[in-house]
Amino acid sequence: MNRIVIAIGCAALVSLGLCLKIGTAIAADSEAAKAQTLQSPEDFANIRDESKRSVAMFNEMGKVLTHPRCVSCHPRGDSPLQGMDLHKHEPPIVRGAGGMGAPGMRCSTCHDDDNVAFSTEEGSIPGHPGWRLAPKSMAWEGKSLGEICRQLKDQDRSHMTLEELQKHNATDGLVGWGWHPGEGRIPVSGTQEIFGELTQAWIDTGAVCPEG
Amino acid sequence: MAIRFELNGKEVSADVEPDTPLLWVLRDHFWLTGTKFGCGIAQCGACTVHLNGLTRRSCITPISRVEGGTVTTIEGISGEEARAIQDAWVALDVPQCGFCQSGQVMSATALLREIPKPTDENIDQAMAGNICRCATYVRIRKAIHRASDSLEG
Repeated sequence: MNRIVIAIGCAALVSLGLCLKIGTAIAADSEAAKAQTLQSPEDFANIRDESKRSVAMFNEMGKVLTHPRCVSCHPRGDSPLQGMDLHKHEPPIVRGAGGMGAPGMRCSTCHDDDNVAFSTEEGSIPGHPGWRLAPKSMAWEGKSLGEICRQLKDQDRSHMTLEELQKHNATDGLVGWGWHPGEGRIPVSGTQEIFGELTQAWIDTGAVCPEG
Repeated sequence: MAIRFELNGKEVSADVEPDTPLLWVLRDHFWLTGTKFGCGIAQCGACTVHLNGLTRRSCITPISRVEGGTVTTIEGISGEEARAIQDAWVALDVPQCGFCQSGQVMSATALLREIPKPTDENIDQAMAGNICRCATYVRIRKAIHRASDSLEG
């Protein structure tokens, strides 16, 4: 009898464990799916306080700003980064004049105007006209969203007015590449159109930065 | 569709699919086998040529991008910097197995054309994408300095 009770007890515990595991997996998938989407300004309409709404929308923009596709070319050092783990670019290449590499080995030695699929294996080499690193003054690597926000608003570092920043986020082709990164790369969350709308709505609500 | 371009000083055309890599066209269409296939993903530099005067990895360059352009391979490279590099390569017996060396020479020549008196740092930056499994890097750097010195006269 005792054996039967123990067996039933174990089965219940195993089931509970499985349920917890499945539940955790569903939650993780849901979080991953959420990270792949970008909420639009309308999704923040229920936040009555304008400053808080502005911060919330910038936090949403942060999904784009801190995405590896964007941070790769906004490094704090003199080398671009690669991959979702933002490891150092291989082959090693340096920033050079205008962020376009060194004499003898420029970005254009490998990167052209379009993504190019590899001929011998899966994957592609990324490309877009004007492929280059962002200036060091625009480095985002390792910075908090608050720091990135204040940097974007500082014209000495961003070299853009807020109006120019909105246009840049909404229409710049190199920014837009992040949503079309070629085979083998995870695109930036949402769409460039929503990113542009979020930027405009953030500006319209006072362009308030998150703390930190 | 025929793609027309200048190859080693001559007007040529290749009737191939537009997404055919330049390296395939050089080796299989024009039989210029000095440019090597190493990795096929722009990681090793063995396939380096000059496109419109700048270094270019031919394994990831669709032939359509070359239309109307100028391509120079190891078979056609010329000029005083190229001669100085080749002389220094021979004098210091730089190659070991030699497989990567055409790519190395193309990058080194491009460097000297832009920086006639390169520092070690300039050399390392320009040559970082050209891998040599025989590890002839020290001789390569020495040969580039020697070529540079010879150009000073």
